[in-house]
Amino acid sequence: MIRRLEVDVAIIGGGLVGSSAALALRGMGFSVALLDKGFCGAQASGVNYGGVRRQGRPIEQLPLSQRAHAVWPRLRALIGIDGEFLRSGHLKLARDEADMASLEAYAEAVAEQGLDLELIGHNGLRERFGWIGAGVVGASFCPGDGHANPRLVATGFAAAARRAGVEVLENTAVEGVTRDGEGFALEAAGNLSLRSRFVINSAGAWAAPFAESFGEPVPLSRIYPSMVVTEPMEQVMSVNIGMEGGGIYTRQVERGNIVVGGERALPLNDPDFSRPRGDGAIAIMNNAAALFPGLRHAQAIRFWSGTEGAMPDKNPVVGPSGTTPGLIHAFGFTGAGFQIAPGVGEVLAEIVRGGETQTPIAAFSIGRFSKISARTGAGSGAGQNQEPHYRGELRP
Amino acid sequence: MPLLHRLVRADHPSIPFTLDGTPCEARAGDTVLTAILTQADRLRLSEFTASPRAGFCQMGACQDCWVVLESGERLRACSTALSPGMRILTRRARVA
Amino acid sequence: MSAHSTSERPQPLIVGAGPAGIRAAQALVAAGLRPLVVDEAPACGGQIYRQRLVPDGRSSRDLYGSEAAKAEALHRDFAALDGKLDYWPQALLWNLRDGRADIMVAGTSRQVAHDGLILATGATDRTLPIPGWTLPGVFTLGGAQIALKSQGCAIGSRIVFLGSGPLLYLVAWQYMKAGANVAAVLDTAPFAAKFNLLRGLPLFPAIVLRGMRMTAELKLAGIALHYGVGDVRIKGSDKVDAVAWRKDGLEHRLACDGIGYGLALRSETQLADLAGCRFAFNQRDRALLPKHDAAGRTSVPGVYLAGDGAGIAGADAAERAGERAALALLQDRGLPHDPTRAATLEAELARIGRFRDVLEAAFPFPAHWVKNTADATTLCRCEEITAGEVRAAISRFGVHELNRLKAVSRVGMGRCQGRVCGAAAAELLAHETNRGVEAVGRLRSQAPVKPVPLTLALAAQREAAE
Repeated sequence: MIRRLEVDVAIIGGGLVGSSAALALRGMGFSVALLDKGFCGAQASGVNYGGVRRQGRPIEQLPLSQRAHAVWPRLRALIGIDGEFLRSGHLKLARDEADMASLEAYAEAVAEQGLDLELIGHNGLRERFGWIGAGVVGASFCPGDGHANPRLVATGFAAAARRAGVEVLENTAVEGVTRDGEGFALEAAGNLSLRSRFVINSAGAWAAPFAESFGEPVPLSRIYPSMVVTEPMEQVMSVNIGMEGGGIYTRQVERGNIVVGGERALPLNDPDFSRPRGDGAIAIMNNAAALFPGLRHAQAIRFWSGTEGAMPDKNPVVGPSGTTPGLIHAFGFTGAGFQIAPGVGEVLAEIVRGGETQTPIAAFSIGRFSKISARTGAGSGAGQNQEPHYRGELRP
Repeated sequence: MPLLHRLVRADHPSIPFTLDGTPCEARAGDTVLTAILTQADRLRLSEFTASPRAGFCQMGACQDCWVVLESGERLRACSTALSPGMRILTRRARVA
Repeated sequence: MSAHSTSERPQPLIVGAGPAGIRAAQALVAAGLRPLVVDEAPACGGQIYRQRLVPDGRSSRDLYGSEAAKAEALHRDFAALDGKLDYWPQALLWNLRDGRADIMVAGTSRQVAHDGLILATGATDRTLPIPGWTLPGVFTLGGAQIALKSQGCAIGSRIVFLGSGPLLYLVAWQYMKAGANVAAVLDTAPFAAKFNLLRGLPLFPAIVLRGMRMTAELKLAGIALHYGVGDVRIKGSDKVDAVAWRKDGLEHRLACDGIGYGLALRSETQLADLAGCRFAFNQRDRALLPKHDAAGRTSVPGVYLAGDGAGIAGADAAERAGERAALALLQDRGLPHDPTRAATLEAELARIGRFRDVLEAAFPFPAHWVKNTADATTLCRCEEITAGEVRAAISRFGVHELNRLKAVSRVGMGRCQGRVCGAAAAELLAHETNRGVEAVGRLRSQAPVKPVPLTLALAAQREAAE
């Protein structure tokens, strides 16, 4: 039997972008269906590193990132839980003078953006962050950044959306979307036939076929970050740590576990699933133990990986379709979507409501891929992949 | 009061170790778990509620018996043979 | 170390040196292969035929009772393989992928390519959360047995054995025989369930009669046997000092300082999961287990299961399944194998399987307990998550799948990766969402299957191959 549903907005993909858009749209009075091929918040946005970080983003992302920055402290009011968000600060380490010069250049470039970056020299680092081992010459500190529990935040947005009246349809893969008269017709798993005025394509690593079906091919690839978590420890570190030029990134959750990311995992036979390699995980572990003396006796209790959509210029696609009225894209966050996603959700809702947003997003237009050459990302850290992921929640 | 009661090996060679700084003796053939629990009634404090724990499965599966040495080194007590001179702590809830 | 050059076919890898792993190794060696056997213990035998670290004056008969001859044969037969296989004791296989195993030996990790993988990973006690079960003095039945068998220690001076399953009576009897003070056996099943054992008489009369004899000897020794025990609470502040329960509406309480607790066994399946094996629900074990055929072949070519890790069947079955899986490996490699022997083994395994059905009826799992588990009771021992917190997470996030529950509640996310609480979490989730336990899924395994140090050294590839 075919189940029919008619809504104002159909959202394909229940990650943090889709879920936060759903909640914002419902708040504006729209009827919304949120569809996920698996479980909401179970892919990239649900199982990433958990960095809530503006520092290091390319400058064109910062207005959107600042908008999201205002959302994070309001999580409890928005979704009923704080998502274990901690405004710990984010400290980006320099291993040599070249790294430090690059941090300095970034700080100067974003001076007007309100990140309040503080450059810290070797001695300052020893005084304030004595738990960092040798081999670091300086750092850049962003006091307003922090970290949160990704497993809770994305799922929490989806649960709040459901409570607000969004039709949340999990295990409901969208099998086809077509433009149909004034709106869209979607066919989905479980014989679901859905009509909507708007469609938001927030399908993450699975978004490209939907864009392509509307004449907008995108060079979306997949990356598989690799993560390690330790047993609960006494406090070893007080801030979210990144490294200029890549390497590891690490944070300690309030319960004491230390999450360390870096390297890359590899996909399994089913490329929707991935797992860290043993040697890659060992490299992450050894690097963390070398950088932080407090970790030298720690045990790793679990690894994970995930599937993340990546763009060649490391900027996401966010904004209206160039070919199809009513279609809006938001995907390809290239390992740095977690912090920015709640801001993207608000922006998407504004676009649905009024066709535009006050937040500058021109740099993220899908139209950039129809030009002869793609733009290259600016800034120093967009590619360091601070916010990776886990394999999917549905396994055959 | 110790948790474990020896039925055999009471006359095996003694192996010295310390428990929270106090010198103790175990017997050759003891695991770290046996060495501790024939003297004491806990191996560690749990991380989140600081409740006493003394292992559970004794076969390396439940991971409930990780103890810490004064050096900071970590051992799974049920599956590690006691070495002479080990300096074991049972009162710390977390890895430092 | 395993000797093969890059041009040769890698060795078959056997994980576990219990009854299944030993018999598998023996059959491969007999066929001219040189397997690598990896085992976490310092000596072979597995849990059931575990060896002491040092001799202690007790005989095999003291240690293994009626199974002494089997234990001795296994230990002897494995020792006889020395030089014909590679054996890494005290080695943890912590990751598997792409035909390679990451194996930690003495703080160094070696990456080992394998061609043919026999997983003989065994089982651990199955439990459900009860108040006070994290107190010092409470051990699993298996743990209580190891304390006695391997370390020559009793888990208390006044001991209660609690739960369900053949091990309940066996361990109580072994403690009694060893001279320990057993205060009582608390069986969660009603006495009437034991009549099911009569159905087992035609299949394995000696085993049934031995069980009856043990029960009779426990009674003769004055040890109280209580059946149909429910609403069990373990009392004490810093350690166990009593156990309380209800039976037929009446409250009971018994002072004790040691408790052995278990509700039969659960399979260790992490490595099968990492190997990519498909799982299916096993009604008898009430668990999602790796699928396998009668020979032990999984859904992944070249990966075989044997012993309790493939579903609970006991040590006698494990010996046969280990040999059978090895024969399947030989056949799949196109090597000579003995189909008659294979058929015999399969027939014996089928017979043991029918007996297992009888045992399950005689020693049923009290799955219904979870609906009454008090909110304050710790469910996940590692992360210290209570049943109430799990219920709250289920309702707040609307989850109905076990890995989603793990994500939002941390159940099964700690050091043991859900070995201890996974079955209970599944039962609770099934109950709270009004679904069958088979419908809520299983906790997916993640490497490392057990904790590994951050300072774990990676052996150079050359070393690993030599």
